[in-house]
Amino acid sequence: MAERVGVYVCHCGSNIAGSVDVEAVAQWVGENVENVVVARDYKFMCSSLGQQMIEDDIRNEKLTRVVVAACSPTLHEKTFRRVCENAGLNAYFFQMANIREQVSWVATDTASATRKAKALVAAAAKRVQRHESLVPMKVPVNPATLVIGGGIAGIQATLELADAGYPVYLVEREPSIGGHMAQFDKTFPTLDCSACILTPKMSEVGQHENVTLITYAELEEVTGSVGGFKAKIRKKARHVDETKCTGCGICSEKCPTKVLDTGFEVGLGQRKAIYTPFPQAVPRIPVIDTDSCIHFVKGKCGLCQKVCPTGAIDFDQQDEFVELEVGNIILATGWELFDCKKIPQYGYGRLENVYTNMEFERMCNAAGPTGGKIVLRDGKTEPESVAIVHCVGSRDDNHHSYCSNVCCMASLKFGHLVLEKTNAEVYSFYIDLRTSKKDYEEFYQRLLREGMHFVRGKVAEITEAGRVPFENGKLIVQAEDTLLGRQRRVPVDMVVLMGAMQPQPDAGDMGRKCNFACGATGWFTERHPKLDPVATMTDGVFVAGVCQGPKDIPASVAQGAAAAARVQGSIAKGIVTIEPITASVNPDRCSACRVCISLCPYGAIEFNDEEHVSQVNPALCKGCGTCVAGCPSGAISGAHFTDDQIFSEIEGLLKSGALSADAPAAQGEPEPEQESVSL
Amino acid sequence: MITVPTDQRAATFLDDVIRETPGGEQIRHCMQCGSCGGSCPNGPEMDHTPRAMIAMINAGQRDKALSSNTMWACVSCYACTTRCPQNIPITDIMYSLKRMSLQEGLAKTDAPALAKTFTGLLDKYGRSFEFGLASRYYLFNRPMAMLKMGPMGLSMFTRGRMSLIPTKIRQLDQLKAIIDKARELGDKS
Amino acid sequence: MKYAYYPGCSLECSSVAYEMSVQAVAEALDLTLAELDDWNCCGATEYFSQDELTACAVIARNLSLVEPDVDQLVASCAACFLNLKKTDHLMGEHPELGAKVNEALAAGGLSYQAGTVNVRHLLDVIYTDVGEGPIREKIVRPLTNLRVAPYYGCQVVRPYTDFDDPEYPVKLDELFRWLGADVVEYPVKTHCCGGHMTQISEPQAFELIRRLLQSAVDREADMILCMCPMCQLNLDAYQRAVNGYFKTEFNMPIVFFTQMVGIALGIASDRLGFGKEIVSAEPVILEKLGPKALEPVA
Repeated sequence: MAERVGVYVCHCGSNIAGSVDVEAVAQWVGENVENVVVARDYKFMCSSLGQQMIEDDIRNEKLTRVVVAACSPTLHEKTFRRVCENAGLNAYFFQMANIREQVSWVATDTASATRKAKALVAAAAKRVQRHESLVPMKVPVNPATLVIGGGIAGIQATLELADAGYPVYLVEREPSIGGHMAQFDKTFPTLDCSACILTPKMSEVGQHENVTLITYAELEEVTGSVGGFKAKIRKKARHVDETKCTGCGICSEKCPTKVLDTGFEVGLGQRKAIYTPFPQAVPRIPVIDTDSCIHFVKGKCGLCQKVCPTGAIDFDQQDEFVELEVGNIILATGWELFDCKKIPQYGYGRLENVYTNMEFERMCNAAGPTGGKIVLRDGKTEPESVAIVHCVGSRDDNHHSYCSNVCCMASLKFGHLVLEKTNAEVYSFYIDLRTSKKDYEEFYQRLLREGMHFVRGKVAEITEAGRVPFENGKLIVQAEDTLLGRQRRVPVDMVVLMGAMQPQPDAGDMGRKCNFACGATGWFTERHPKLDPVATMTDGVFVAGVCQGPKDIPASVAQGAAAAARVQGSIAKGIVTIEPITASVNPDRCSACRVCISLCPYGAIEFNDEEHVSQVNPALCKGCGTCVAGCPSGAISGAHFTDDQIFSEIEGLLKSGALSADAPAAQGEPEPEQESVSL
Repeated sequence: MITVPTDQRAATFLDDVIRETPGGEQIRHCMQCGSCGGSCPNGPEMDHTPRAMIAMINAGQRDKALSSNTMWACVSCYACTTRCPQNIPITDIMYSLKRMSLQEGLAKTDAPALAKTFTGLLDKYGRSFEFGLASRYYLFNRPMAMLKMGPMGLSMFTRGRMSLIPTKIRQLDQLKAIIDKARELGDKS
Repeated sequence: MKYAYYPGCSLECSSVAYEMSVQAVAEALDLTLAELDDWNCCGATEYFSQDELTACAVIARNLSLVEPDVDQLVASCAACFLNLKKTDHLMGEHPELGAKVNEALAAGGLSYQAGTVNVRHLLDVIYTDVGEGPIREKIVRPLTNLRVAPYYGCQVVRPYTDFDDPEYPVKLDELFRWLGADVVEYPVKTHCCGGHMTQISEPQAFELIRRLLQSAVDREADMILCMCPMCQLNLDAYQRAVNGYFKTEFNMPIVFFTQMVGIALGIASDRLGFGKEIVSAEPVILEKLGPKALEPVA
């Protein structure tokens, strides 16, 4: 029985009708394409009246296929598919022709636009007759969630999900959760003590009945897809038995080995070979640094094992692998600090009293290596003047082009701390002052009131080479004061460099493991920068916090909560509907060459050893068509993009007569008589 | 950044500088950070710092810019170019401004005279001639300073570091042909 | 290894000590520097101030004179090095300019394809191509106890940064540590000497020179090593004028780095151009390296 095709050409107000003669298109298609029994044009197909019109026609005219020629399928394909379903027609018996973005919006004259629209609609009408009925797959959603990264964004996401009653696995690579926020002293603009607002949340995470906290662990591998991921986690050997350790701390106290703490204390302080990174660590279970522990290096000591009251030290402990099954994954892996040595003219690493922002945080922190005192590297001299240098590694094509978002506010915060704790003068050298959020501008006003000095000029260099006697013994910050238009040299005792935030060095690997990408600047790529900042192009994988791009604590918390909300939505729905536009291997034609497996960007094809053929997992397949094109035996076909369907679409474009060679070139000329070719 | 200038010469100043400088389009990216002005060894001598010059170019202040001493105080140390966070070829822009100020008759300071004397000798001999350069330049531009140069000139001469006779290349005709052709091509653009 | 060599005008005259020491050191290190036949002046910073196309064409003539069997052109003078490299770079990055340059060259029967010649500075060749091992082997007179301030200047390290760091270069420092010298931390090692400003406007130019000299004095350096004729001229020939202007008493010898490399390799001081510097280097060399330091070592 012949198909009965309904064609609907939308005016889209004047968006399409302004360049395309929509009535002519509808009429022409109705007359020239075989099996088109209904051909209408209408002002707004997506309106309820427009949709109703289609539905009525399906029923009354017994349509078996529907074509809508309108805007982009990205916008309304779902809409019209639903209309078909409501009228009892399979949703995939529908095809959309884009005559807005691809015709009207790029047209130079009505005649050529109308010709092109006719061709596209004819193509759609031919193709749709080859469509097959397809049914989306439904996959159950595992209510457990994996959160990778225990900084403030990860903690927020974890708590939201756990409080909603769902199980969460929080995996953190450091021995304790807390992230960089645990290192800060005060937070802007409220000047809340960072640890005071963070540790209650950390505590909650550690005690929550729905949270399984896995620290000192790395994500090794992820398989599966939304609703049903399998994650392999490597728990690195702490050499401390978590089931026995009470966190009493005697081991660290007695450990004879002190080393420079280049982690939490960023090289300003020391720690023991067996250590917890900071007193409020969650969990309070220490870790042995096998590179410095005498037992591991020389085979001696073992004092911690002797003094531990519960016998929790286990020198033979090995890395352990854990397999987690989860429905969704949230990546909140944070950032690392730019290496300020890459800008030699600022002297970091060479000039003693040049510090990075993170070093300065630790210095100001009351629990830090100087007990919260702002002093020079000699540990006792208070500076009389401090310079704060903005944009070190940020807004700089030589390093990172982007702005790190938080440094202007952090500079003001540092200025406040210096003014509060010392009698020093503070100079901020900036290009712009970015204080745009709630209470941020007021914070700047506060610092103006407190007497902080501001010089608008990116620092050219920091040097100890004095030119005049009063510069000797100081660090001289040289910059053009652009508001004065003159070069200035400001001698100071201490310089704080506001180093850029940059992506974790293994961000790319992390993205690959979870099947999505990082952008050109190295931050994780969100699904849409404006409208969907926490989702990624991979269903079931979300991002939150700085790993998606530099941001401050309130924004990280908001994203953590947003990601958790998305996951909660997915869990509450319970099932995930997967589009049936997937590839499938014809086992009779498969020659077991496995080329398709190496081509698949989503790891969706597996080799079935028993049956000796490749098989596509429809839950993972995205319908990209790479394997279809790549198979040397032509054994793979892509549903909804079969050769049949594509060839008929091409026929519609080229053989319908719409793009006739002797068609008029200029606007306003009458259309030549089309040869009515029945297809 | 750009304020709209009112006269034609001013309106095309930015475009002219961009056209004159290879890689000059980057000048549009200037965020006026002041790295260049802060780095310039001769910055304190200049009427306007390099950064201020770029602001003037953007604002179409052609006469003010081309009659300043700024570009003539540039010593081509390239510190600005190396540090610019937007990769603007600032030193080359200074060269363009030198050329434009000469073409428009607005150049000042003794630097243009030094340049002209130098290139004149190059065109004539194919080599530079330090004694000729020094004597001619000082005689015509800074006669009083010439007296102060005396002792230094003598020290150089007695140590064999200064020749009174110029060296010439053999194929001067070839060089002349190249120079003439280049000048002819340059005039057309 | 064989290189094409471009001495530049200054090395023939005001910086003849540089040329002498370059030739002596090249011979000792088995470097064949084949001087370009009938090369012309590169125009220093002066030609670009007047006419970019002509400046490039004049420089490109030299590039086109490099024999086809050699792909490396070495310059000792910083400005020549910069100009040659810059012209090659401009012709490659901006084909329209490159085409016009070639049109001009054609009027002289010459042509040059950008990228054909790799322009390098002599320090790069000595440091990278000869290298630590061979140099250490040839040292006969280690520069022990001699405190040197390594002055790179501007145009060797900027804007072409493939050879060493433009802000904090270290290769001259390292070379002299191989030679056994006490290399001082010289914070102004890439600060400008003022270039031709000494001829245009003394006050600022003299101040730039004063800072370089003062920093070397502060670090208790015995001498400043240079790799650029203009730097050496400014720091050496103008030192007395600077003293007069600021009422200072600098007496800092300014030598080309190759001169001291030569001493370490045991070459006679008169083959290295010593005696041509205005502030004599000989007293401190004799004091620190012994009474026979200026004589050749067989």
